[in-house]
Amino acid sequence: MPAERRLLQGNEAVAEGAIAAGARFFAGYPITPSTEIAETLSRRMPEVGGTFIQMEDEIASIAAVVGASLAGVKSLTATSGPGFSLMQEMIGYAAMTQVPCVIVDVMRGGPSTGLPTEPSQGDVMQARWGTHGEHSVIVLVPSSVEECFTLTVDAFNLSEQYRTPVIVLSDAMVGHMREAVALPLPEELRVAERSEPDVDPDEYDTVMSTLDNILPRPDLGSRFRVHVTGLVYNRRSGVPETGSPDVAQDLGRYLREKIYHHREAIVRVEEFMMEGAEVAVFAYGSVARAARAAVRWARAQGVPVGLVRPITLWPLPTAAVDHMAEQVRTVIVPEMNIRQIAWEVQAAVAGRARVVDYGRVDGALITPEQIKDLVKKEFHYHRFS
Amino acid sequence: MPPASRSDGAAAAAPGADRAGPLEFRLSGSGGQGIILAATILAEVACAAGYEVVQTQTYGPEARGGASAAEVIVSRAPIDFPEVEHPDLTLCLSQEAFDRYAASTRAGGFVVYDSGLVEPSGLDGRARLIGLPFTATARELAGTPLAANMVALGALEGLLELVGYPALVDSVHARLPRKLLEGNLKALNAGYEAARSAAPPA
Amino acid sequence: MTRHATVEIREHLRSAKTLWCPGCTNGIVTRAMIDAYLSLGLDPEKVTVVAGIGCAGRITAYLDYSTVHTAHGRALAVATGAKLADPELVVSVVMGDGDCAAIGGNHLIHAARRNVDLTAIVFNNDIYGMTGGQAGPTTHEGDLSKTSPFGHPEPAFDICELARAAGATFVARGTPYAYLKLVQLLAAGIVHKGFSLVEVMSNCPTYYGRFNRTPVPAEMLKLQQKQAVPVEKHKAGAPMTEEQFPVGVLHHVERAEYLEAYEEVRRRATGIKV
Repeated sequence: MPAERRLLQGNEAVAEGAIAAGARFFAGYPITPSTEIAETLSRRMPEVGGTFIQMEDEIASIAAVVGASLAGVKSLTATSGPGFSLMQEMIGYAAMTQVPCVIVDVMRGGPSTGLPTEPSQGDVMQARWGTHGEHSVIVLVPSSVEECFTLTVDAFNLSEQYRTPVIVLSDAMVGHMREAVALPLPEELRVAERSEPDVDPDEYDTVMSTLDNILPRPDLGSRFRVHVTGLVYNRRSGVPETGSPDVAQDLGRYLREKIYHHREAIVRVEEFMMEGAEVAVFAYGSVARAARAAVRWARAQGVPVGLVRPITLWPLPTAAVDHMAEQVRTVIVPEMNIRQIAWEVQAAVAGRARVVDYGRVDGALITPEQIKDLVKKEFHYHRFS
Repeated sequence: MPPASRSDGAAAAAPGADRAGPLEFRLSGSGGQGIILAATILAEVACAAGYEVVQTQTYGPEARGGASAAEVIVSRAPIDFPEVEHPDLTLCLSQEAFDRYAASTRAGGFVVYDSGLVEPSGLDGRARLIGLPFTATARELAGTPLAANMVALGALEGLLELVGYPALVDSVHARLPRKLLEGNLKALNAGYEAARSAAPPA
Repeated sequence: MTRHATVEIREHLRSAKTLWCPGCTNGIVTRAMIDAYLSLGLDPEKVTVVAGIGCAGRITAYLDYSTVHTAHGRALAVATGAKLADPELVVSVVMGDGDCAAIGGNHLIHAARRNVDLTAIVFNNDIYGMTGGQAGPTTHEGDLSKTSPFGHPEPAFDICELARAAGATFVARGTPYAYLKLVQLLAAGIVHKGFSLVEVMSNCPTYYGRFNRTPVPAEMLKLQQKQAVPVEKHKAGAPMTEEQFPVGVLHHVERAEYLEAYEEVRRRATGIKV
């Protein structure tokens, strides 16, 4: 039986995705435009035997999420702009200690209090590099209500598999809009379960995770009696070891490589009407909606334009960018920030195509008309009637 | 309910449900007039009828008062851009909402306004104006101006025949508490009938 | 409460070698915690120690239970998540005075208000030791430190009063000098259902003592003995000097614990659904 179609808000879809993925702990602090996620989970978590707690601030929220995940329960928090800034400290802790957890950031205009009710993509670099120190995270960018659900499920699966914080980067438009969706049924979903490492507790310290075999983290209160620390630790023993450059180098490289080594398995990217395209629009999140409308319009005029939409923003889908760079002469990167991803695309394209950036920070969604104008410039006006 | 005032004179062809492109609505009024509820019901009913639907809203920092608007896009095809720019139909339940939103209506589209609260001006015939006394009718039939959103919802269906009147009645049944039901259904029906006589569907 | 044999204590230590300075009382408090767990007959697998950053936080590397060395100030928030996720855990939260009452002060008052079943154990040495002797929220007015070279211009927090005012249901203060009493207070805090806080007046001869009292550890301990006034005597009206402080169980009330209250939320949530 197919799932029933219903009208659902993006933020509600995130909440339902979390429940479907097996999350049973939410800690958060109210902030526009993410609050509906907390509101929905304040009802849903106790319904399914889970826990919802409103903490005293966003720092405490992500800290509680890390604590709950360490105790064995899949956990998430949700926030926006200023709250996401406050969470950076413990996102770094989760990356360092390899604690699976999901952070949803519903982007709004910034910096500071900025434009609380308007969409933005100003946090894409903060999502990647917001916490101090060398680390890696996975960042997923939904552009529809359905993806708010499916990518939240994916986020939990990836966080369990790679033992890493995963960030779902929504925005005020995707988070607040309602769409008709048919959510996947539970039996259609793949949900990663957390398991105990299949080794003797006495041997756990000597059995090291490798890039291809990332051992699950044993829970607090288990027979493993784990020690978790944000200090640089020896990957073999788990013991803090701040005096050895070799130990620090080994850990630092591992924390990066355990994500980047699996880049091709992790990244997801959608190509739309790229066949024969001479110009590509590289757009993500809600801006990809406008880009798709513009590409459809251009193709209807016989103009060869396509869309490349990263669904995984970090790691950047470099193989898709490579492919695009070999194919097209120009890549247009419209985004609701100023050049944050355009620079990354420019670096990855490495001169093989021209990169045209188009950034807005006015709180308004980039429109199909604005992208059409950029496309027109690429093909000169005379080709359009 | 008095007959609707029409300022364009012609028997306008309503954009029907199976029109080729998407239909875009903007419902606007003051905060607290139930604009968002009306948009949500419209969107839910269209969703249940099998359409692709996107509903968005324009937020202001004030929870009450000020001009508020909610938008609905209904389409047979997937909806790319979720924002309404030039609606096929703009509903204005307050003067401030009319002044702010009426002009963005697509050329040839409908501006449906509360004839008791709004003095329409400045559109220069670019859109078809339909005035109906939503608030007065709500006060008369449901005993409260707050049911103006229901009169308006009925009127939209009367104008566009989008989802079928019975589906709308079902949705109102499902959404409202029993004690408010009778008055609100009367209001819904009054709006529906008034709009049908004002602009019979093509 | 008994003092367990050192061999028995050692079984619950990953390492007996610590980075704490000679004369520091943190080792005594560490032992007192193990004595308390052993006296209560707790399953070592369920004992979880969550700590912040600073000298006190390093206890997590030494105790052989499930241990979490969190970020500076965040121990109580991490512990809240862990306890709610697994109510079977017996969670002790070790913090220094700066960890607990400065950077973590907001978490302290809200953890106390919520009454989650955690035991906060605050090692109060009146100074920031790990960073080399700067003034903190419990440094007294007039004290010298590396950031109050002309005498500290601010008054100190009374952490026990702070916790009590914020809603903690069990508040006690002890000293490493009165060892068995300290074990007793820790055990009572752990047994208490709800948010308990035990403030341990620890000594930092390296910085606080050297700058303000005496750098000699034994002298500091003797001083501590003079400063500590049993709360019973204090309540009976015994006069106290400005340097003295009451020790013992300062506050103890029963109030619905958070997890119990949340069980009621779950019942209502599933009730609505039916």
